[in-house]
Amino acid sequence: MAGTEDTANNFLDALLLALDLITGLNAGLIEIVGLSLSVSLGAVLIAGSIGLPLGAALAVYNFRGRQISIVLLNALMGLPPVFIGLTVYLLLSRSGPLGALDLLFTPTAMVIAQAILITPIVAALSRQTCQGLYEIYQEQLRSLGATPLNMMLTILWDARISLLTAIMAGFGRAIAEVGAVFIVGGNIENFTRVMTTTIALETSKGNLALAMALGIILVLLSIVVNGVASITADSVSRSKANR
Amino acid sequence: MNILPLTLKNVTYYSGGKQLLKCNVTISEGPNTMVLGPNGAGKSIFLRVCHGLLKPTEGQVEWTGKEQDANNPNQAMVFEKPIMLQRTAEENLAYGLKLRKAKKDVIKQRVSQVLQRVGLTEAAKQLATSLSAGEQQRLALGRAWVLEPDVLFLDEPTANLDPGSTAEVEIIIQEIKKSGTKIVMTTHDLGQARRLGGDIIFLYGGALKEHSPAEKFFDSPKTKEARAFLNGEILWGQD
Amino acid sequence: MGTGLITLINRLILIAAFLCSTSASAEQVIKLASTTSTENSGLFKFLLPKFEKATKIKVRVIAAGTGQAIRIGRNGDADVLIVHHPPSEERFVAEGFGLKRHKLMYNDLVIVGPKTDSAKIRGVEEATIAFSKIASSMQLFASRGDESGTHLAEKEIWKRAQLNPQRTRWYLSLGAGMGSTLNIAVAMDTYALTDRASWAAFKNKKNHTILMEGDKKLFNQYSVIAINKKKHGHVKFDLVKKFTNWLLSNDGQKAIRNFRINGKQMFFPNANREQ
Repeated sequence: MAGTEDTANNFLDALLLALDLITGLNAGLIEIVGLSLSVSLGAVLIAGSIGLPLGAALAVYNFRGRQISIVLLNALMGLPPVFIGLTVYLLLSRSGPLGALDLLFTPTAMVIAQAILITPIVAALSRQTCQGLYEIYQEQLRSLGATPLNMMLTILWDARISLLTAIMAGFGRAIAEVGAVFIVGGNIENFTRVMTTTIALETSKGNLALAMALGIILVLLSIVVNGVASITADSVSRSKANR
Repeated sequence: MNILPLTLKNVTYYSGGKQLLKCNVTISEGPNTMVLGPNGAGKSIFLRVCHGLLKPTEGQVEWTGKEQDANNPNQAMVFEKPIMLQRTAEENLAYGLKLRKAKKDVIKQRVSQVLQRVGLTEAAKQLATSLSAGEQQRLALGRAWVLEPDVLFLDEPTANLDPGSTAEVEIIIQEIKKSGTKIVMTTHDLGQARRLGGDIIFLYGGALKEHSPAEKFFDSPKTKEARAFLNGEILWGQD
Repeated sequence: MGTGLITLINRLILIAAFLCSTSASAEQVIKLASTTSTENSGLFKFLLPKFEKATKIKVRVIAAGTGQAIRIGRNGDADVLIVHHPPSEERFVAEGFGLKRHKLMYNDLVIVGPKTDSAKIRGVEEATIAFSKIASSMQLFASRGDESGTHLAEKEIWKRAQLNPQRTRWYLSLGAGMGSTLNIAVAMDTYALTDRASWAAFKNKKNHTILMEGDKKLFNQYSVIAINKKKHGHVKFDLVKKFTNWLLSNDGQKAIRNFRINGKQMFFPNANREQ
């Protein structure tokens, strides 16, 4: 019984601490939240630009090796973040091929690592969604004279609400990730320290209440971002229907 | 009209090892051609081969006219279930024209004209997928009409509609014919065939059994399959 | 809605550009690779602002395990190292990656455990005896198991005590950093070897306390090593020189001496002095 009581107390402490940090607009908190958001949103921007059209193209174009490509893409969703982190580290290290870019231990390196992590997710979900639409649309669109490229673009636009979910899935994966950003970012204070690496750090310092509080704030952050995306999507679609 | 007649020369279509269509036929200018036959007779495949959605396994599909016209015939198709894009009614109408890189003012003018002709002017800015089945089918007709096609193929366009919407659609089809488009249409509704048809193609088991003017077909069909079909006997159209 | 999307993309590109520019800023910055235990003690947070105030040079700390910190130095991804494992450091300099080892400061290693102390090591004066008691009573022991300075020192003690704890039921080889190891030690009621500063700064002590300390052999020497410009031409050697000079100077050594946790001195400066 003592164990459960302890845990409950810890959680309560964490909750109160979280509220305290938020309402007090704690400067350190704002900094790591800001960096977490910009790194993950940057990664989402890259992953979306590459992944969404890639998925649509896989859905629309038929080519030799299409099936294998789809299988590979789905498998890449499961790439371990630490593995990506390590690979990007070796690439960006001064002793590595891209060392001259001097990108290691910077936020840019973190954006790159997260983009690599989430592009397969966005692309695979895009492929799935676009393929569903393609099967319904393709006869009619071909009849109207659409080329595969036309169909790709039309389907991407028509599927925009579902594709937003794919993007949000990517964002969720990115902002919750700690292994890759730790390795390529170095968790440097006031520079490459994000929410997840701070949680890891505070845990290793035994600051369990603070680590937990940050975890709670991270969840809240994710809810807020998803909420904003959902509301934006809703209002856009509703405005179209009511005109 | 200079792309007609359309000729199918020794055309066959196989799928999954089975022969689903075999025919020689010429479709000319003039009255509405109705394609009749029981379920599985190959009507839908026939239409798609004519339209170019399916490539024949053997044989040629030939349009008439100068090469550029014949190779890129201005024709359109309306399907049994209308597929509308997630955008407004007028944007759906404009879609085909945009694909053909038509000028903005041309698009605007044709779209508003067709909207009026299919009776959907009020729904212009509504999300097309929120329209009723009948409205969507009228919109689909409009989408084809706006391209000013020389030939319009229709695959059972009223199969899913109630009598009221069916009547509206038939009126529009006749309007499209009047504006100079050749109509080629499948139906399983004999009443509709009698109302609209001037020329009948009768398919059975993937083969073309009869091709004659409507009056002749309905009054004195030549083949036993046609007679059975017109008598309302249930035929499954396969061997 | 199309325009809204374009505005959003523009904003995100600005953020991305800002992130890129931050990495190539014009201010004077050097990268220091050190160990998590040093960083977690809070020493750098205390020390580095003093250096920055005096020289306007910003020091960015990348904290990792000893092995990884040295590898970062070897790859040229940092400009200077502060680590605490003499054999690895000597090898690092011998291979030409490090310019020179400068003794910086030391602290000591202590054995922590539950207050109940079932192995009865409280007050014991030598670590080898404490380890023997833990082994013979088969009390749980949490080892870092990550080839870090602390772990290698721990292995030395087992060796001197002529014991082999590998593959016993009570020896937990974790492959983890100091903080994680302490968290597990506290949660599972085990003994553990740790450096004094890490323990002092650790906030999850629960019922654990220092049970054995003061063994002269448990002596943790820290050194500062500049990365050799000959191996990695891009290192900011001039700035690093200012850094090492400051650390070894009276000012730097005094600052180290003044760093306290709960009023107690954690690190003992010993630059240019024999052990």
